[in-house]
Amino acid sequence: MGNHIEITADNAKANLEVFSSTLQELAENDRDILAVTSDSRGSGKLVPFAKKYPKQIIEVGIAEQVLVGVAAGLASTGKKTFAVSPACFLAARSFEQIKNDVAYSDNPVKLIGISAGVSYGALGSTHHSLHDYAALRAINNLIIVAPADNFETAEAIRQASQINKPFYLRFGKKPMPLLTEDKENTFEFGKGRVIAKGKDLAIIATGETVYPALQAAKKLKSEHNIEVTVVSMHTIKPLDYNLLKSLANEVGAIITVEEHSVYGGLGEACASFLLENQFHKPFKIVGIPDEYTVTGSQTEILNHYGISEEGLTKTALELIKKT
Amino acid sequence: MNTGELIEKSNQYRQKILKYIVGANAGHTGGSLSSIDIINVLYNDVLKVSPETFASPDRDRYIQSKGHCVEALFVVLADVGFFPEDDLNTLCQYKSHYIGHPTRKVKGVEQNTGALGHGLPLAVGTAIAAKLDEKDYRVFTLLGDGELPEGSNWEAALTGAHYKLDNLCAIIDKNTLQISGPTAEVCNTDPVDTKFESFGWAVKHVDGNDIKALQEAFSSLPFEKGKPNLIIAHTVKGKGVSFMENQVSWHHGVPNQEQYAQAIEELTAAANN
Repeated sequence: MGNHIEITADNAKANLEVFSSTLQELAENDRDILAVTSDSRGSGKLVPFAKKYPKQIIEVGIAEQVLVGVAAGLASTGKKTFAVSPACFLAARSFEQIKNDVAYSDNPVKLIGISAGVSYGALGSTHHSLHDYAALRAINNLIIVAPADNFETAEAIRQASQINKPFYLRFGKKPMPLLTEDKENTFEFGKGRVIAKGKDLAIIATGETVYPALQAAKKLKSEHNIEVTVVSMHTIKPLDYNLLKSLANEVGAIITVEEHSVYGGLGEACASFLLENQFHKPFKIVGIPDEYTVTGSQTEILNHYGISEEGLTKTALELIKKT
Repeated sequence: MNTGELIEKSNQYRQKILKYIVGANAGHTGGSLSSIDIINVLYNDVLKVSPETFASPDRDRYIQSKGHCVEALFVVLADVGFFPEDDLNTLCQYKSHYIGHPTRKVKGVEQNTGALGHGLPLAVGTAIAAKLDEKDYRVFTLLGDGELPEGSNWEAALTGAHYKLDNLCAIIDKNTLQISGPTAEVCNTDPVDTKFESFGWAVKHVDGNDIKALQEAFSSLPFEKGKPNLIIAHTVKGKGVSFMENQVSWHHGVPNQEQYAQAIEELTAAANN
């Protein structure tokens, strides 16, 4: 396994880069691993993969519908197919192909939404994917995952390649520090990872928003003596209801955080579960509101909407008052 | 199967299509009757696939892009032994697997289709896999002429030519009518042949209701080394039943008992000629 990547606290990379290097690691021993791209090998960090395994990359040009249709056809023959395209286009332009050719036909394509959320920053709404969880959650037979750090990314890719089911995996391009160095804190689809534990409040975050949630939790503890549980809810669907239930029993209030519209994503998924199971406690969904998104870099946009150490700390202090 | 036997089969299939559409009180009558000769020749003379070999990675694949004409597919799959024909008595009934479009819950069906413009991209992907694995299976897909405006077809036409998929054969059931009227008036896609040729495909025209002509076209595959194949099958919507032929209203019209009896009478008479 010459390509096997070591993930440490000191070498934070973009999850997207770790996706690519992990795929390369897998391809070394398995010629059925395929990447299908829509002129997205550069943005998908797949240039080294393409150079090393030219027969294992299928380029279709800028054509997302055929990207997913072709990927489904390939997967139907047993190929371990990763269809890679910017999340904004993948989850919109090829939505019907995802619904019918992948999920409904049960062709086990791994759909890789790259540069997700507001990763493209000032390029604006055409390039933002704030709809993908909402749109894809309504499709039966699709596992939806947003890994938070390099460890979760590598594990998600390795494990998904061994599971004969359709997946949507979403990655950003910002370097993501490791959430924890605890080797016993493992990764399993459908099971949220508890990164920090505290009784006052739970912050349930997903993807790149887990890191600022963790920073906020540390600040809340050190400056306000508020103890916060932080969960990386990497699997949006199926959601970890057991963990949600135990959190609802243990903490005073819950905040959800996502780089997605406040409509239809992680927050509403958690809210519906909690309400349907008679858990009534202070609850706040943090995400991108239903408006024309402010112009700025990814960091500026996230800060603007309170998806930051400072913003989440403020939200937490306000919510705690209601407990 | 020889040409005479195939002609007999088509007649039987037409009668069965009508029987099950009447039973379900739903179905795409006109297109099932226009395309049945193509599906018949594929399953009984061309495709290397059977119920016994359906799990084999080396089987030929058939993907029905015009999924709404599922009745034609189901009667053929039943006849070649994928499932008991009696199952079709449940067509479109509550809790039946036999829905109004192809679904993999029915043995013999390769892909779930029904939304148009999906068969060709799926077939392109499957044909690329054959090339990657250096396998000699072939991939066939049947499109309606009415679904050609779907842009995904043209994306796939580009991709198929780019990857030189001479193991891929698309067939257009060109019955010239769609739900709103003549295809040429709804959105004219002619000339289809030169469009596909300019994309890099090898194209042949054939009378799609002529069994012998279909056999000859399929037996001459690949038409040109390194190019995907397109057969433009000129067909008659509602073929075989005088009052249904070339009538838009039979796109998804369901015969009443009197019309059904007349249709069966005509088909029986044709079989005895």
